[in-house]
Amino acid sequence: MSQAVLENETAPAARMDLLRFATAGSVDDGKSTLIGRLLYDTKTIFADQLEAVEAASASRGDEYTNLALLTDGLRAEREQGITIDVAYRYFATPRRKFIIADTPGHIQYTRNMVTGASTADLALILVDARKGLVEQSRRHAFLTSLLRVPHLVLCINKMDLVDWDKAVYDRIADEFTSFAAKLEIGDLTIIPVSALNGDNIASRSENSPWYDGPSLLHHLEHVHIASDRNLVDVRFPVQYVIRPQSTTVTDYRGYAGQVASGVLKPGDEVLVLPSGLTSTIASIDTADGPVGEAFPPMSVTVRLNDEIDISRGDLICRPHNAPAVAQDIEAMVCWMDETAPLRVGGKYAIKHTTRTARTVVRGLQYRLDVNTLHRDEQAGELQLNEIGRVRLRTTVPLLADEYRRNRTTGGFILIDESTNRTVGAGMIIEAQ
Amino acid sequence: MSQAKPYRVSHLDALEAESIFVMREVMAEFERPVLLFSGGKDSIVMLRLAEKAFAPARIPFPVMHVDTGHNFPEVLEYRDTRVATLGLNLVVASVQEAIDSGHVRELPDGTRNRIQTPVLLAAVEKYRFDALFGGARRDEEKARAKERMFSFRDEFGQWDPKNQRPELWSLYNGRHHPGESIRVFPLSNWTELDVWHYIAKEQIPLPSIYYAHDREVVERGGMFYAVNEFIRLKDGETSEVRRVRYRTVGDASQTAAVLSEADTVDKVIDEVAATRITERGATRGDDKVSEAAMEDRKREGYF
Ligand SMILES: Nc1nc2c(ncn2[C@@H]2O[C@H](COP(=O)(O)OP(=O)(O)OP(=O)(O)O)[C@@H](O)[C@H]2O)c(=O)[nH]1
Ligand SMILES: [Mg+2]
Repeated sequence: MSQAVLENETAPAARMDLLRFATAGSVDDGKSTLIGRLLYDTKTIFADQLEAVEAASASRGDEYTNLALLTDGLRAEREQGITIDVAYRYFATPRRKFIIADTPGHIQYTRNMVTGASTADLALILVDARKGLVEQSRRHAFLTSLLRVPHLVLCINKMDLVDWDKAVYDRIADEFTSFAAKLEIGDLTIIPVSALNGDNIASRSENSPWYDGPSLLHHLEHVHIASDRNLVDVRFPVQYVIRPQSTTVTDYRGYAGQVASGVLKPGDEVLVLPSGLTSTIASIDTADGPVGEAFPPMSVTVRLNDEIDISRGDLICRPHNAPAVAQDIEAMVCWMDETAPLRVGGKYAIKHTTRTARTVVRGLQYRLDVNTLHRDEQAGELQLNEIGRVRLRTTVPLLADEYRRNRTTGGFILIDESTNRTVGAGMIIEAQ
Repeated sequence: MSQAKPYRVSHLDALEAESIFVMREVMAEFERPVLLFSGGKDSIVMLRLAEKAFAPARIPFPVMHVDTGHNFPEVLEYRDTRVATLGLNLVVASVQEAIDSGHVRELPDGTRNRIQTPVLLAAVEKYRFDALFGGARRDEEKARAKERMFSFRDEFGQWDPKNQRPELWSLYNGRHHPGESIRVFPLSNWTELDVWHYIAKEQIPLPSIYYAHDREVVERGGMFYAVNEFIRLKDGETSEVRRVRYRTVGDASQTAAVLSEADTVDKVIDEVAATRITERGATRGDDKVSEAAMEDRKREGYF
């Protein structure tokens, strides 16, 4: 066990950075087991949790302690031995705090995988070494690239069941690399592991002398995420207007929100959309006092030097670097509703940053086959878990960027107005 | 992109920013939010986050205490002082009153955890609350680990874990029909240790029972319960005075203390970092009932 792990037993400092990662891959490829193993090896599992999992394993007749039970917390998951919805788990080493989203591999629950991956800095795609790439591995790799998760790790798992055969590893690694070349994947790392036995998880394994890369934990601790954020384009969606009704604080009018991208400073000239009015930043307030600059992911309150009408859903940016003010949106949409497909002419509510509007589907250019990446231009609808390129018209303009440039101002959800369910996730390609 | 400045935030600042974002979303999109305030450390931290989210304005929603009637006096006192200082409106949903009026029936074993749920739901209906902030954290329990930040509840207050709304990015869908509601968990991504680091950083006062003190306790199943009006010695049991603190504050008849010498926040942080038992495992009689006790209670409308 590596030194970093042992140090974990002392109190982690209050100042560490944060890495969010999500698992992905087909059903039974070992995602939950791998997370269980990672928690176990970093001593994040408490004695009573381990006892409960040991007892549950024994009563199910498992031959070994089933570490997947650490994240498969729902009754139905334990009965069926599969993950149904995302489980969030946490651990820290002296370097980083980690938020894990352990997602389901079953195709029926793809939307829950998308939920877990949407906020991830890194995705761990697992493949069973005996089976190699299957359709779900490709679907998840594609979704990860569509969601623009900046870092990808392919874990070729269950290497113990193929005698740690390097040829098996090479074949799957090659196959994946050539599939990945067709996708936009920024950073790919491939690691041979046995989640069950803990090989190459928290420390390098002796079973793979031919592998000279890092253990999974080492990689998670060191992967460089600081430059993943967009610090160039100032985007501040206004969430809420703070106007105290008080006798002690008078005439205060602040625009509260979370910085989506860029760096704001007092004195900066700003453009407010959709009104198009300009002003300068008077101050950037927090409950702890004013700050000299604000950047993602800070939640702050901005005050301007001019009285202009600004409300929730508006956006503050810089005059020469503004998003589109657009009612015609081209986007990739991942459909998540089992009760009705997305069809041309369908009307939905659309939520984009802090703005909600209505939208109609004007066109479906194509549906994508996630296995072959073939574009079916004859498709008339998107069924549950299908992905396609659609054209939308919205009732009011969205203040939008391309998703590839900005995950916050480029993403939206579609909501069915009668059931109130979230039915689609969209990633903007073009807005005008 | 090479920056002269790193523009880094610590994980604690990132968690705070996320929680504040969530609270502001709720305030902007709901008509009648309420914050569930038990006087426990998580709800105390949540209240501080609400202060920060809307400063310099006051917290723009009331707080509600679902009062089982089994309270630690230090906690009630803390609740009242805090509410008065912040100028908040406090709604008390009383389990005792509900028992007295016949709305719920006392269980044979006298525990009130489960009968809190109908009392909570009745208050939600009475005041027509549409969003309820809860201080639950995903690291507490395996069913809670599955919970969304915005958790939809039907008109019976029920959670359907097999049919949760997808929740992408920070685009929370709080839409609901009249009578339905959303439970919102701003502390979802915080761990027990994060909460304590934050209490230290913000210098948040806590009820005194969170720090080591001498107390007359009785040991049951490896847990140390205070001997008081709710917990009396059974035949054959003896009590002793031990140095203890509370890790969680729930119903006083079911919450146990842990042996501890930590009488300052820094010492508590050291103990929490070194502990090998979960917070609920060490202190809650109510979770030991079955494997899926929490999931079952949540389905019925529990926090
Ligand atoms: N021999 C061996 N078995 C493994 C390994 N990893 C996982 N398994 C087994 O594979 C089975 C499935 O593991 P899970 O962790 O539940 O798979 P999963 O990917 O989380 O499945 P879903 O979440 O339902 O998609 C279990 O029986 C595991 O014990 C491994 O490295 N070696
Ligand atoms: Mg799983």
